Amino acid sequence: MSDPSGFGPDLAEVFGPSQSDGGPDLVQLLTPEGERIHHPEFDHDFSAEELRGLYRDMVLTRRIDVEATALQRHGELGIWAQLLGQEAAQIGAGRALRPQDYVFPTYREHGVAYCKGVDPLRLLGLFRGVDQGGWDPNENNFGLYTIVIGAQTLHATGYAMGMQRDGVVGTGDPERDAAVIAHFGDGASSQGDVNEAFIFAASYNAPVVFFCQNNQWAISEPIERQTRIPLYQRALGFGFPGIRVDGNDVLATYAVTKAALQRAREGNGPSFVEAYTYRMGAHTTTDDPTRYRLNDELEHWKLKDPIERLKVYLRRNGLVDQQFFDDLDAEAKELGHHLREGCKALPDPKPLDQFGYVFSEMTDEIAAQRDGFAAYLESFEGAH
Amino acid sequence: MSTSKITLAKGLNMGLRKAMEDDDKVLLMGEDVGKLGGVFRITDGLQKDFGEDRVIDSPLAESGIVGTAVGMALRGYRPVVEIQFDGFVYPAYDQIVCQVAKYTYRSQGKVKMPIVIRIPFGGGIGAVEHHSESPEAQFAHTPGLKVVACSNPVDGYWMIQQAIAHDDPVIFLEPKRQYHADKAELDESATPEPLFTSRVVRAGSDATLLAYGPTVKTALKAAEAAESEGRNLEVIDLRTLSPLDMAPVYESVRRTGRCVVTHEAHVNLGMGAELSARVTEECFYSLEAPVLRVGAFDTPYPPSRIEEEYLPDLDRVLDAVDRTFSY
Repeated sequence: MSDPSGFGPDLAEVFGPSQSDGGPDLVQLLTPEGERIHHPEFDHDFSAEELRGLYRDMVLTRRIDVEATALQRHGELGIWAQLLGQEAAQIGAGRALRPQDYVFPTYREHGVAYCKGVDPLRLLGLFRGVDQGGWDPNENNFGLYTIVIGAQTLHATGYAMGMQRDGVVGTGDPERDAAVIAHFGDGASSQGDVNEAFIFAASYNAPVVFFCQNNQWAISEPIERQTRIPLYQRALGFGFPGIRVDGNDVLATYAVTKAALQRAREGNGPSFVEAYTYRMGAHTTTDDPTRYRLNDELEHWKLKDPIERLKVYLRRNGLVDQQFFDDLDAEAKELGHHLREGCKALPDPKPLDQFGYVFSEMTDEIAAQRDGFAAYLESFEGAH
Repeated sequence: MSTSKITLAKGLNMGLRKAMEDDDKVLLMGEDVGKLGGVFRITDGLQKDFGEDRVIDSPLAESGIVGTAVGMALRGYRPVVEIQFDGFVYPAYDQIVCQVAKYTYRSQGKVKMPIVIRIPFGGGIGAVEHHSESPEAQFAHTPGLKVVACSNPVDGYWMIQQAIAHDDPVIFLEPKRQYHADKAELDESATPEPLFTSRVVRAGSDATLLAYGPTVKTALKAAEAAESEGRNLEVIDLRTLSPLDMAPVYESVRRTGRCVVTHEAHVNLGMGAELSARVTEECFYSLEAPVLRVGAFDTPYPPSRIEEEYLPDLDRVLDAVDRTFSY
């Protein structure tokens, strides 16, 4: 079909509503009903242990999210950015990483942080207001959460350009070759920085995977407000491949991301992965999705739950027993306890801490302001 | 002792070369900085000698340039980026203010941002719109950034090396009108003063003129002219705008009792406003007159045919000096 005016293809036909199932190009290895299917390009022979591991990761990630949401409701966190429904996208991407790969997250990549070995308790500081990123980004190769939408995609590209200069791309040594993954969402795809990151990465053939979790909503703005064509098709316009994967299918997300990372590590340049998923919860705990989306849509996506489909597959194929679920349940409870108790014990910064770390060394100007404020505070001591 | 007569453009070029020789983590990036050597030729010959991996011609996207520099810094590099003209820094403003300036604070010192952002600034070259601006106050107002301005060839040579060796982000302002204007004697074996210091460039006793970047020359000319009228003006080249080095300023104003600040930027909320406030706070009982400011009118930069009526010049500086003596 062509455009009614005869000017190129009919783009109105290409792009469906967000309730659609992702279209014919969607890479899927596990259907919502838990049926294992195969894909000619992206596949992986998952062992039973790998499958149980991915299931465990998703369950624990959901537990982190549920606990943090509850902590916000109890007033222990100021806000929480929920990932409910996006566990497969994050675990699939996170488990495809090697230790030498570097992650540039948004503020919602709790599952990827978990895969990279960041203690989930460290994630809470930002949301509790005791710090602005409580982990060392170079300890686990997991960058600090970035709140300005899309800004980190440029950092990822620059970091990848640094890897090229360090000679850790395309050497053929699997222990050495490295890549970067840049996380962002459908809303960020409209940002200038994301588009500039695509251009820089393409121009320098940088080893970066642009991993977009299209969860259909940017707060209240539907995906149709961000784009007229499926996001993965945009990549071609920048000169690198784009793949749409079922982001609620942890197996497919793992297989596709693994291939994209390997491509980057080998020196074949950037690629774009659109993980087609759904934000089951609110944008953050301050959001009210009932004001802008219909319950039918949520019910539709509940049937595609990322955890449920793998559970069905594991059970149907006899890969798990009740002991597995009991052990996992105990582990999740322990994790919840760790988060609840740890969160409440996070120390508040002291008033004078605000003067630290503006620069690598404190300037005389800031030291004078700190000293002045300290003297001011001391003037109240003993006063009633 | 090796000495040579150099322009500011040459001093910066030599300084960049030296910094790249001293540390192989130093990378240059920007629009046209490679084969062309930059539109002002500041990076002339560097790509030829250091290769395309270290002198990187970038796509035409300023946020992209600064944003990728953040990533390179995280990887352990020391990127030096060139913003082609002052008026083109704004597409990178978000990356500079929200990322470059805040990363060290956000990470509680675990991450350093040794990035130098070079910006040719100021007017007087007969250029079209967006090519003659003075955005320094916008960066000096941002915690986490250091801001310096060189005014002469010798400072250009030393200050760019010091900025590159510094572990915090530095906005490095270069008075483009001065690039090829005057020559000065450079002694490469000399020991430079620290980067974040102001300097008295002309001793005097009747009033203190504060200037930086392109207006240092204006202030020195004004001081010469005033001398013929029997007034002995002290001129201080501030060199660093954030942090400010106020000790030499206070010392001077306590002696002279009068202070005039001049810059090409708009007067309203410009550097002069901060300098005036600080001098007033610290030298209140020494002042014979309020601190006066000579800068651009609070209008956009005008068409270049009338830019000399917009930029502070010798006469406007002297007029302000006269006014401080009328109190």
